[in-house]
Amino acid sequence: MGVTTFREARRELEDTERVVADKRMSAAEAVSLVHGGDHVAIGGTLYSRTPMALLFALLKRRPQRLTLSRPLACYEVELFLVTGAVERIVTSWVGIGLPWGLAPIFRQYVETGAASYEEWSHLAMGLRYKAGAMGVPFLPALSMLGSDLASSVGLRTVACPYTGERLAAFPALNPDAALIHVHRADMFGNAQVDGYRHMDADMARAARRVIVSAERIVSPEEISAQPGATMLPHFVVDAVVEAPHGAYPHECYGLYEADVEHFDAYVRSVRKHGVDAARRYVQVHVDGHRDFAAFLGEVGVERLAARAAAAARLTPR
Amino acid sequence: MNAVTAEEVMAITASRLLADHKVVFAGVGMPLLASAVARRRQAPNLTIVLEGGIIGTRLLPGHLPISTNEMRAAYGAQMLTDITDVFLFAQRGYFDYGFLGAAQVDQHGNINTSIIGNPLHPNVRLPGSGGANDISSLCNEIFIVTQHEPRRFVERVDFITSPGYLSGYRTRERAGLVFGRIGAVVTDLALMDFEPDSRRMRLRGLQPGVSAEQVQRHTGFELAVPDDVEELPPPSVEELQIYRALRGDPPPSPPDGETPVSPPRPSAAAGSAPTARRPA
Repeated sequence: MGVTTFREARRELEDTERVVADKRMSAAEAVSLVHGGDHVAIGGTLYSRTPMALLFALLKRRPQRLTLSRPLACYEVELFLVTGAVERIVTSWVGIGLPWGLAPIFRQYVETGAASYEEWSHLAMGLRYKAGAMGVPFLPALSMLGSDLASSVGLRTVACPYTGERLAAFPALNPDAALIHVHRADMFGNAQVDGYRHMDADMARAARRVIVSAERIVSPEEISAQPGATMLPHFVVDAVVEAPHGAYPHECYGLYEADVEHFDAYVRSVRKHGVDAARRYVQVHVDGHRDFAAFLGEVGVERLAARAAAAARLTPR
Repeated sequence: MNAVTAEEVMAITASRLLADHKVVFAGVGMPLLASAVARRRQAPNLTIVLEGGIIGTRLLPGHLPISTNEMRAAYGAQMLTDITDVFLFAQRGYFDYGFLGAAQVDQHGNINTSIIGNPLHPNVRLPGSGGANDISSLCNEIFIVTQHEPRRFVERVDFITSPGYLSGYRTRERAGLVFGRIGAVVTDLALMDFEPDSRRMRLRGLQPGVSAEQVQRHTGFELAVPDDVEELPPPSVEELQIYRALRGDPPPSPPDGETPVSPPRPSAAAGSAPTARRPA
């Protein structure tokens, strides 16, 4: 369950001065808003619009005792596990993707009790963020009832005060920090997304601190030219980081497809060398570079261009 | 035409369960593929919904998605929204079918995709529910498609990730799951449903060349076997062509003496449903 109650989250927001200011900063500066022991919600889902540039910057700091939550989690959680950053993962699914089978490092950590996996259903995760975003302590729904998932997380039920019907009560989740990657943002934090929005809007609005990375920083006029695409208004956002290809090797709708060969290489090496291979991945790709742009430099322009061309074929122009 | 695989038999049998003008909430992999076959054959107005916030996807043949949250899954979609929103459509009752795979399924249609062994000290920690628990809790009729192996078909799953009929009889309703029913389980050996009272899994149809005894041998609990078990028709040439074209398999050469069948019919335009869905 979340550590921050809905009353605390509300009071904290009221007590925080939120100025309309230039919030641009580097990824390294932005992730200093995350502290040891925090509950960090990771935007996007599985390998779509994951805030990789922010996660790499966070990994570099070697944070401790984090709880990570996401709708569906991919190999990024393994990188946090092997660097000793994470104690608990709160999500509905952890894997790398259908063709790769089970996530081996994640399995090892959870099966040996080195980390815990608090499994909720997908909708439950969504409603927990939504309750947090709505400023209420829970939301009722008809999912997870009767399952062993319910008992494993201590899900409680509530009787409708009007009809007496029994519903599952999903407790609000107000993460300490949310990391969100978007297509465009202005310097104030007005953030726009194309395509599906995953759970990002609710996750960010529920969170106590919100860090947004954007493919492009645009002018406030460009935001106002397309206000329907704005997912987060400036007053939700604490930090804005410019990060072209900032979800790589994951996808960003309309801009680039996921680089499945990068996943392949990762999975092959962890199958063979286990935890050491995942640690080596962090050493080479995260610690081995000054910043995310330098990591992308290693990936190479041609490879990025190929993923962009694939995205162009798959989405309306 | 190349030899028909077990996977093809399963997907095509599953695809026949989907009627035109319905809405199916499909899991990735076999359920999505079966739904896409239906849409290209008997159900051109079938709306395929995926949990990644994707409504009305069409799929680009040869470029199938490997998750429900990617551009390939969204190809040709009519609406892109957020994840929670899609499940709330299901809770409202808009989704006629929920279509799932299963690592482990039991005699009452409960699915386990979480834990093999003792939940406190798992032998294998599987990926988890994803949207499967919600799909099986909230859609109107649930179809399950999986390979028929004794280790998958167990008397009682180690962990109920996604509820079927729980312990049978009225236990599903009593748990507060007031909507939804488990309609069918499709495998490479058989088609099964559930007895109306006990909600115990029951054999309905056999894949070509498969006997009831063979199905029972591959099932880790006693199946109800009525007298009128039918033999399921084998995949037709048309169905196989649609399926293989979707997967991007090389086009088969027609066997001697057989006329090539026509290519998959194009998808019907939206809005062609002949009847109003709501009472006036």
